[in-house]
Amino acid sequence: MPPVITVQHLTKRYGSFVAVDDISFAVQQGEIFGIVGPNGAGKTSAVETIMGLRWPFEGTVRVLEMDPHQQRKELAERIGIQLQEAELPHRLKVWELMELFSGFYRKSIPYPPLLETWGIWEKRNSRFEELSGGQKQRVFIALSLLNDPEVVFLDELTTGLDPQARKQTWAMVEQIRAQGKTVVLVTHFMEEAQTLCDRVAIIDGGKIIALDTPQGLLNSIDGQSGLMIENSPEMDMALLQALPTVERVELSNGVVSIYGNADNLVSSVVLALEQHRIPMRNLRTVQPSLDDVFITLTGKALRD
Amino acid sequence: MKTYRKLVVAHAKLFLREPIALFFTIAFPALLLTLLGIVFGHGNVPYPGEDFGYIDQQVPALAGIIVGTIALHSIPVITANNRERGILRRLKASPMPAWQWIAAEISVNFVVAVLSLVLLIIIATYAFGMRFAGSWGAVLIGFTLSAFSFMALGYLVASLAPTPRVATAAGQILYMPMFMLSGAAIPLMLMPDGVQSVARWLPMTHVVIVLQSLWLGGEWAMRSIWVLVAMLAVGGVLSARLFRWE
Repeated sequence: MPPVITVQHLTKRYGSFVAVDDISFAVQQGEIFGIVGPNGAGKTSAVETIMGLRWPFEGTVRVLEMDPHQQRKELAERIGIQLQEAELPHRLKVWELMELFSGFYRKSIPYPPLLETWGIWEKRNSRFEELSGGQKQRVFIALSLLNDPEVVFLDELTTGLDPQARKQTWAMVEQIRAQGKTVVLVTHFMEEAQTLCDRVAIIDGGKIIALDTPQGLLNSIDGQSGLMIENSPEMDMALLQALPTVERVELSNGVVSIYGNADNLVSSVVLALEQHRIPMRNLRTVQPSLDDVFITLTGKALRD
Repeated sequence: MKTYRKLVVAHAKLFLREPIALFFTIAFPALLLTLLGIVFGHGNVPYPGEDFGYIDQQVPALAGIIVGTIALHSIPVITANNRERGILRRLKASPMPAWQWIAAEISVNFVVAVLSLVLLIIIATYAFGMRFAGSWGAVLIGFTLSAFSFMALGYLVASLAPTPRVATAAGQILYMPMFMLSGAAIPLMLMPDGVQSVARWLPMTHVVIVLQSLWLGGEWAMRSIWVLVAMLAVGGVLSARLFRWE
């Protein structure tokens, strides 16, 4: 089966500014493919070019074997789009928006089940302006699925949502994929990409600086795997440092951090502490995150 | 057609839920006519040497206010708002041909303009004894030309204005002199010659001239017709080229 999306040497310029700089990747059917990076990295420019909303561009892009510029309307019939920072006419009600957008597609699925699936059926008679941020996002997701698309593009889906609404939205994205659709997820939340995506392209300065599964990306860096324990009078730093699995031990703010990459790091540390009757208060493990991957690759921190 | 029909329904609902637009496009011209009719109507007695009175010339003149309000208040402000909020961007991302959104908006605005004019005619006929010496078919043609010509100007303002604030201000700057000087609110013949010669440069003056000629004697004021045709052509072409969806 050919990839759902193929991007070869895509470059997008605005005047002399190069927003997307020679990126290439392919997305397979049924994947949740993440495009992550800080604000201004070129994620939205890339994905909006791929959706057919921006041209001209250099390079080759195929989505469902179509050219997104030449066959924009045809492609728009078969993809679902949730744009970053878009709005809808404030004084139309949810059901009226669904009715209106249903008229934009050659074929569309009935909207009442969609509204029920996304938990906004009760809000069908509310005007768009009366909805909360999370409810608006649900409307946008429902709209993006109205034409039963094969690929769904979600750009900064959870920006501006509180943590609980964000977690709920993540479950919805999983649900979209469970329906057999391919999802392209653009986000600047590394945690979101790590939780949801099968593969992640990290973009910075318009270039793809890494592309792999989240686990593959984590393995690629000299990770900060380890565990943390509250300090106590009985603590024996030398003992821990002497363990063959431990690479480094640090003490700061009353917390002992023990780092190492061996698979049995946690068990060996716990065993040693147990044997010497050293208390293990507030023990927790530390996993490297995609944030660490980004910092390692670029030498700079992601801003939220 | 299905798409266009749904767009018209959506625009109609949006219009009805916008109290300010509703007031200024429908209620304001009617209130103005009622007020002017009471103060200056004098029972609509004919002017010396003419066979028409104040009311007879004022109703077609107020048609200028109707098309001006829609073109220079509603269209630029609503369009600039829809653009700034990303509503136009979201619409353009769908397979719907984007011009259909504008076409439906124009259709609804045109119907609103006609209804507003019909309301004026009803008030003028039953409250002030309006006379009518022209043909309604010709008036409809003249009014349609006026409305489309002004809407083309409105979309040009909407295309050029970078923000809703600028759109609002630009609309006002164009509208206010026309409201005062075009003869739409105050009869042109009552104004000094200097003002009258300035008024010739205002598009609304030509709406007033065209409709008053059709109304009072069924004549086509061709010079003013050509001015409106030219504004329609230039405004239409320029806004089609310059219109921005984001």
